[in-house]
Amino acid sequence: MTHFSALSLIKNALSGQKNWEPQWPDSEPKAEYDVIIVGAGGHGLGAAYYLAKEHGITNVAVIDKGWLGGGNTGRNTTIIRSNYLYDESAKLYDHALDLWDGLSQELNYNVMYSQRGVLMLAHNVHDVQSFQRHVHANRLNGVDNVWLSKEEAKEFCPPLDISPNARYPVVGAALQRRAGTARHDAVAWGYARGAAARGVDIIQNCPVTAIRRGPDGRVTGVETAKGFIGAKKVAVSAAGHTSVVMDTAGVRMPLESYPLQALVSEPIKPIFPCVVMSNSVHAYISQSDKGELVIGSGTDQYTSYSQRGGLPLIEHTVAAICEIFPIFNRMRMLRKWGGIVDVTPDRSAILGKTPVPGLYVNCGWGTGGVKATPGAAHTLAWTVAKDDPHPANAPFTLERFSTGRLIDEAAAAAVAH
Amino acid sequence: MLLIHCPYCNQTLPEAEFTYAGEAHIARPADPSSVSDEEWRDFLFIRTNVKGPHYERWRHFHGCGRYFNAVRDTVSDRFLITYKTDDPRPELSKLLEKSK
Repeated sequence: MTHFSALSLIKNALSGQKNWEPQWPDSEPKAEYDVIIVGAGGHGLGAAYYLAKEHGITNVAVIDKGWLGGGNTGRNTTIIRSNYLYDESAKLYDHALDLWDGLSQELNYNVMYSQRGVLMLAHNVHDVQSFQRHVHANRLNGVDNVWLSKEEAKEFCPPLDISPNARYPVVGAALQRRAGTARHDAVAWGYARGAAARGVDIIQNCPVTAIRRGPDGRVTGVETAKGFIGAKKVAVSAAGHTSVVMDTAGVRMPLESYPLQALVSEPIKPIFPCVVMSNSVHAYISQSDKGELVIGSGTDQYTSYSQRGGLPLIEHTVAAICEIFPIFNRMRMLRKWGGIVDVTPDRSAILGKTPVPGLYVNCGWGTGGVKATPGAAHTLAWTVAKDDPHPANAPFTLERFSTGRLIDEAAAAAVAH
Repeated sequence: MLLIHCPYCNQTLPEAEFTYAGEAHIARPADPSSVSDEEWRDFLFIRTNVKGPHYERWRHFHGCGRYFNAVRDTVSDRFLITYKTDDPRPELSKLLEKSK
């Protein structure tokens, strides 16, 4: 594997960029692996990377029905933050944020992690109370989050309209300075490259059609388009299709799959310095390094596996952005897309063991999966390797839906992720 | 934009008039105090989340305001049928035959 450095860039520039090696091979499946991970998104590839690097388990395959990073990893708005209300969530998302911090150096691959700050606008008394509660809860948990007056918010984000005549006046904002954005594709590519270098097989365009179990109930492997592949352990990290895959192992999941849409504008010069979210008006916006405004809001109202979603939601989203930022009301939109997100009843992830021995699951990230990528990957690898959860993911069990010990971020008004 | 047929108004109208109300034909336990935690979980949280024809509820929110049931293919988002809440659950094989 080529080590990227200034020197390697210069060397390859002088040879006309003709000698770069492929970053990972497209592998054919072996007959058996120690661990199979279903789903080659950031989470699954990251788990393979940490299994190989931190737990010495290198006989691993990551299998995907499409190409790697082609699902929700490439279909989000790249927002990274950890200012969740509950202790369990704060711990897990902050664990992810800690890993984001050094990820480019660790992977020797630029994931373009930009800590430009996430500003959450308050428009009314309820917002103020709710966000201040978040700020206090976050600070007790050691998570960075501060309360700003509307003038301070304007200073941090100059395009913001704070006049009292605005359709939805801004009365204040919560700011997590440590939060920001990253290049989502690069995260998957970086993990894929790191995992492949340590011997992990990445098998693309190979749908997993069923999980097979032995007479004792234990997982024995997976059926795929390329035949049966044996495995001692199987981890499912298949986002919107998790319940379809888990169903084949006889495990019914508390999940529903919804389309989550996002869109980008035509590229413009730098105008927008941070990420702004408004839960009340219900949209969020940032500007990519290419200059496009990246815009999103909530899921479509109905469950669906079509990676499209409906136009009424896009209209709602764009209307919300124009109401907060009238300056953008004549921008043209370039393209929109949809990903299928798996939503749990309490809007918190499920990450851990399942009733089936040897079967693990990482799902239910809903509309907020990309920010968790390194944390989910790291704790999933830990859980698979030790057959026991990491302290950060221990509360995120499947059992909580029968014990009632929910982590109710839905009620904590985390409308938009 | 989905076009949805309200079986009460007997009109086909844009999606914006309707709200989605989750999976249909989930019956609340008749004797709640006698069911186990697992049965409560199944009733409250477990959904079929089917990839294909899905039995679901909609509400004609900005119209008659009534709930009705529908079968919609979650891959194509095409409605196979909408029917009143007290109508029996239509058989899938017949619906699929009809939609061909």
